[in-house]
Amino acid sequence: MKLPMSWLSDYTDIGGIDPKSYADRLTMTGSKVEGVENLGADIDKVVVGQVLTCEMHPDSDHLHVCTVDVGEGEPIQIVCGAPNVAAGQKVPVALNGASLPGGVKIKKGKLRGVLSNGMICSADELGIENSRLGYEPEYGILVLPDDAEIGGDVKDLFGLNENVVEFEITSNRPDCFSIIGLARETAASFKKPFSVHKPTFTEAGGDINDMIGIEIIDKDKCKRYSSRVVKNVKIAPSPKWMRERLEACGVRAINNIVDITNYVLLEYGQPMHAFDIRDLAGRRITVRRAGDGETIKTLDGQDRSLTSDDLVISDAERAVAVAGVMGGFNSEIKDDTTTVVFESAMFDAASVRLTAQRVGLRTEASSRYEKGLDYNNTVPALDRACELVQELCCGEIVTGMIDVMGNVEPPVEIKFRPDKINAFLGTDVSVEQMCDIFAALRIEVDMNSMTLYPPSFRPDLRAEADIAEEVARFYGYDRIPTTLMSGAATSGILTPEQRTERDIAAILTSQGMYEIYTYTFQSPSVLDKLNIPTDSPLREQVKITNPLGEDTSVMRTTMAGSMLQTLGRNFNYKNKSAKLFEIGRVYIPTEAGRLPDENPTLMIGMYGNVDFYDVKGAVEEIFERLHISDAEFERVTDNPVYHPGRTAGISIKGRRVGIIGEVHPSVARNFEIGTKAYMGELDFTAIFKAAKHDVKYRQLTRFPSVTRDFSIVVDKMTPVAAIEKVMKKAGGKLLSKLELSDVYTGKQIPSGKKSVMYKAEFKAPDRSLTGEEADNLHAKIVKNLGRELNAELR
Amino acid sequence: MKEKLEQIRAAVESALKNADAMEALEDIRIKYMGKKGELTAVLKGMGKLSPDERPKIGALANEIRQKLEREIDERKTAIAAAIEAKKLEDEVIDVTMPGRKNDEGKLHPLTQVMNELKEIFMGMGFSVADGPEVEYDYYNFEALNIPKNHPARDTQDTFYIADNIVLRTQTSGMQVRVMEKTKPPIRIIAPGKVYRSDTQDATHSPVFHQIEGLVVDKNITMADLKGMLEMFVKKLYGEETRVRFRPHHFPFTEPSAEMDYSCFNCGGKGCGVCKGEGWIEILGCGMVHPKVLANCGIDPEEYTGFAFGIGLERIAMGKYSINDLRLFFENDLRFLEQF
Repeated sequence: MKLPMSWLSDYTDIGGIDPKSYADRLTMTGSKVEGVENLGADIDKVVVGQVLTCEMHPDSDHLHVCTVDVGEGEPIQIVCGAPNVAAGQKVPVALNGASLPGGVKIKKGKLRGVLSNGMICSADELGIENSRLGYEPEYGILVLPDDAEIGGDVKDLFGLNENVVEFEITSNRPDCFSIIGLARETAASFKKPFSVHKPTFTEAGGDINDMIGIEIIDKDKCKRYSSRVVKNVKIAPSPKWMRERLEACGVRAINNIVDITNYVLLEYGQPMHAFDIRDLAGRRITVRRAGDGETIKTLDGQDRSLTSDDLVISDAERAVAVAGVMGGFNSEIKDDTTTVVFESAMFDAASVRLTAQRVGLRTEASSRYEKGLDYNNTVPALDRACELVQELCCGEIVTGMIDVMGNVEPPVEIKFRPDKINAFLGTDVSVEQMCDIFAALRIEVDMNSMTLYPPSFRPDLRAEADIAEEVARFYGYDRIPTTLMSGAATSGILTPEQRTERDIAAILTSQGMYEIYTYTFQSPSVLDKLNIPTDSPLREQVKITNPLGEDTSVMRTTMAGSMLQTLGRNFNYKNKSAKLFEIGRVYIPTEAGRLPDENPTLMIGMYGNVDFYDVKGAVEEIFERLHISDAEFERVTDNPVYHPGRTAGISIKGRRVGIIGEVHPSVARNFEIGTKAYMGELDFTAIFKAAKHDVKYRQLTRFPSVTRDFSIVVDKMTPVAAIEKVMKKAGGKLLSKLELSDVYTGKQIPSGKKSVMYKAEFKAPDRSLTGEEADNLHAKIVKNLGRELNAELR
Repeated sequence: MKEKLEQIRAAVESALKNADAMEALEDIRIKYMGKKGELTAVLKGMGKLSPDERPKIGALANEIRQKLEREIDERKTAIAAAIEAKKLEDEVIDVTMPGRKNDEGKLHPLTQVMNELKEIFMGMGFSVADGPEVEYDYYNFEALNIPKNHPARDTQDTFYIADNIVLRTQTSGMQVRVMEKTKPPIRIIAPGKVYRSDTQDATHSPVFHQIEGLVVDKNITMADLKGMLEMFVKKLYGEETRVRFRPHHFPFTEPSAEMDYSCFNCGGKGCGVCKGEGWIEILGCGMVHPKVLANCGIDPEEYTGFAFGIGLERIAMGKYSINDLRLFFENDLRFLEQF
C-alpha cells in the first residue's frame, strides 16, 4: 500500500516529521514500512522560466537562441532545438548543474559556437507521463501554464515534491489498505488528533427508485449493497490534484468517474464500481450466485466461466460484474456515458477469495474484499464519491440512495481486564493509558461494565489477546521489560536418537566424508534411472498434487537417487573424488488420507580413490562405535542399483538393515558419473535399535597372549566370513583376536584358489597360556578348516 | 713413587687436553686406570712401600685417581653434550612444510549452524522435538488458527498431497503436536525441513529449514519472550548485540512480533549488509494465541506461552556471507569444504 505523505494532512497533522522518522515510528507501531520514495528525487535545479526572445541560430536551420528569465539575476541565454519554442512561453528550464531522470546532468556549453547556459525540457526529459499531465503534450518542449511562477521549482507544478511511503500491510488489517486507515494509525502513533470530514453534497432531484431497483438474493455472500445514481455525467479528465494523488499511489488516471471510484478506493479502502445505466437491462441489479457454467466477459476483455459458488452482479438478463473482483466489459464507463450507477458494497471475504482464485483474477478490489471489509463503510464511501462528483462538476446526484442489507455479523464485545492484560504483557500500563490508546483506535470502552466494543472496521479485534496487542503496540514493544522466565525448570538434552545421529555424523566426517543436504522430492523418472523394476514397492510414492514441475513431484522412497545426483553433479564439476553422506528421510505411503511413514535413513556415496571396502569400513566404524557386534554382511546379486558381484546386504539378527556396494555401471552412467561409484543405504532406526547403549567394562587381563599365524589355501569363491566363522567356532573363548593379514591369488597358488593369511591371538583370562595349548588350538582350527571348507595349510 | 704419580697425573692431564672423542677418553681411562693401567699398577705396588710411606702415598694416589676420574667424567659429559648438540643441529627440519593431516570431512554448514542453535537453546532448558514433514492440514493450518480460505494461506504457497495432507509450510504445527502430548511446563525447539511452492532462485527454495520454539507455563509474559529471545541473540552474535521487536501478524500468536538484531557488520549504523537499516530481521515470534492453546486442550486462563520461528538458511547466509540459497542444496564439494 502506497501512501503519499501529503495526503495525510487531510485527516491529521504530521508537520515537522521527516520521512525517515515517520517510517521508523510507523514500523514500530506495526505498520511496516518497506521504503520511502521521493518522487522527484532525480530532478534537481529545474525551474520555471519565461522565454523573452527567441531567434534562429545563425549557424543552424533548426536551433533557436533564446533568452530566458529564470527568476534570478539576468536572463540567461539557452540554445534550444525544439520546433515549438516561442517567445512569451513559460517553460521548464534545467539550469547549469541540473539533474534529470536517467542520471542526465546539464552543464553549460556551446552549441555550434553559441553559448547555452542550460536546457529547456520536454515532458519526456522530465519523466512526466501523459496520465500525470492529463493531456498529450505537443512535440517539443513542455509549455507550462501561464500562471506558473517564474523561478519556481518545476516539481511543485507536477506534484513531484512528494514522499510516498510504501507499507507492508498484514492480512489482519484490511482497514490499513486505505489512506484513512493509515492516517488513523499515524495519528495514534504520534498522539495527534484525527478526523475525517463528513462528505456533503446536494441532491439534484429525481428519485433513484424510479431509475433502478436493487435486490440481494444471497444475503450471506453479499452483506450490504449501497448505491446512488449520477445523471448528466460529463466524462472528462479529472483535475490535476486528483491525478497526482492517484499517480503517486501507482494508479493510472483514466477519466473523472473512474478516477473518483479509484480515489475513494484508496482513500476509504472501499472498492467501488460504476455502471453505465444504459447497459443494465431492465434497470435492475440483482446480487446472486452465478449459474454453473455461466460466462461473463470482464473489463479486461477476457471471457470467464463461473460456478454456482461465485457471486455476480446481474441485471435483468445477464451478469454484469463478478462481485468484488471485476466489472463486466459490457457495462463499463464510456466516453459518452451520461448516467452512472455507483456500487459500494460489502461481499463475503472467503467467497471473493475463492472466486478470484477460480477465475485467476486478483484485483485491487478482490485483494481488499478477501481480507474482510467494513459494512459500515459502504455509505460514507458512496457519499464521498458523490461529493467528489459535485466537486469535479462532472454530474448531478439523483435524490435518494438505495441501501440493501444482507446478513452481517453482530458486533464484538470484549471483557476489559486491565490487570490480566498487564500480567500477559509483563507490563504496568495504567488504565488511563489503555483508554487513551483505545480512544485513538476508536475502540469504545464502557467502564461501568468493563466492556470493550471494537469498531466494525477492525475485524481482527475479537478477544482479549487482540486488545493486549493494541495496548502493546502503542505503549511500545520497546518499553515492555525483558525478564527471565520464572517457573518450573526444564532440562535440555538430546534424545538417544538425536545423540546417535550426531555420533554417526561425527564418525563419518572423521573418515573424510562431507555431509550433504538434498531435496526430498524428485522426479518419478529417478527410479527409472536407478533400474528399479516397474512392480517394485519403491514405485509406490507419495505424490504432490500441485508440484512446481515433474522434477519435484514425488517424495523419495530411496535416497539413492538424491545421492547419485549429487555425485554426478560433483563429477561434472570436475571434483576428483567425493565422499559424501546424508542422514535424511524416505517417505513410504501408508493408506489414503493418512500420513506416510517417514523413515530416517543414512546414505553414503563416494567415487574417486576408493572402493567397496571404504564404504564397508565406514559402516563397520559406525557399528563399532555403537557396539553392534552381530551385523552380518552377505553377498547380494539381485539389487538392480548395484553391481551383482560387489554388493553386500547387511543384516542384524536376521533382519535386513541396509545395503552397500558398487553402483551398477549402467546406473552410474544414467547419473552421468564417469567413474566407479560406491554407495550404502542404511535404515537409521534399525541401526539405532541394534545399538548397545549399556556398555559394561571387561576385566583387563595381566596374563600374556600367544599369537599364531595361519596361512591357508581355499577355494577362490569362499568368503572370508565363512573362514572366520569356522575359526571362531574352533578357537572358542580362548581365541581373543582374529586379524585378516593378507589375501593373495596368483603365482604359486593353483588357479581357482586363493591364499588367506590370519594372525590369531589366544588368551586366557585366568592364567598364562602355554605354547602347547596354542599349538593345539592352531591344529584344531586347521583341521576344522580342512574338513568344512576343504582348506589346506600352505 | 710420588714422582711417578705426578708424572702420571701430568701425562693424563695432557692427554685429556687433546682427547675430543668418547673413544679417546675411554682409551685414556683404560691406559691409566684400567685393570692393567699405569695408575692401577702404582696402586698395586703400594705393598712394597714402607708402612710410613704407605698412607701418604696411598692418599696421594687416591686423590690423583679421583681427580683424574672426575676430569674424565667431566670431559665425557662435555663431549656428550657436544655430540648431542651436533646431532640436534643435523636434525633440523623445515617447519614451514605442510603438516600431515587426517583427511577429515565436514558437517554441512546448515548442520553446523543448527547445532550451534540447538546448543544455545538446550543450555536454556529446551529439548529438541521432531515431527513429520508430510503433515495434516489440521496441524499445519487449522489448529494454528488458519482456517481454509484464510488470506494468511496466501503467503505460504502450499504443496498438497491430499485434501487433508500437505507438505508442512512451517514448523509451527509442532507446537500443536507437542502441546497435545505434553503438559506444561513445556520448553522445546523443533527444527526441520519446511516446504513452499516457490521457484528456486538465489533467495527462494521450495525446501528450507526452520526452528520452531515453544514455551508454555503458568505466568509466562511477553516480557519473558523478549528476555529469552534477547538472550538467544546475544549468545549467537555476542553480548554487544542489540535487538528490537516490531509488531507483526501471525494467526497463531497474539501479540505477534518480528525481531531484528543490530547489524553484525556495521553495528547498527547502516551499511550494505543491512540495506542501510542498521537492523537485520532474524525471527518471528509472539504469545501463543489463546485459541491455539485451547485447541490443544490447555486452558488459556491458566497457562500462557510464547512461540518463535527462526529461518535456518537466513542465519547461515548471514553468518557465512553466502549470497545464493541454492548453494546449500547443490552440495558442490568446493563449497562444502569451506566450513
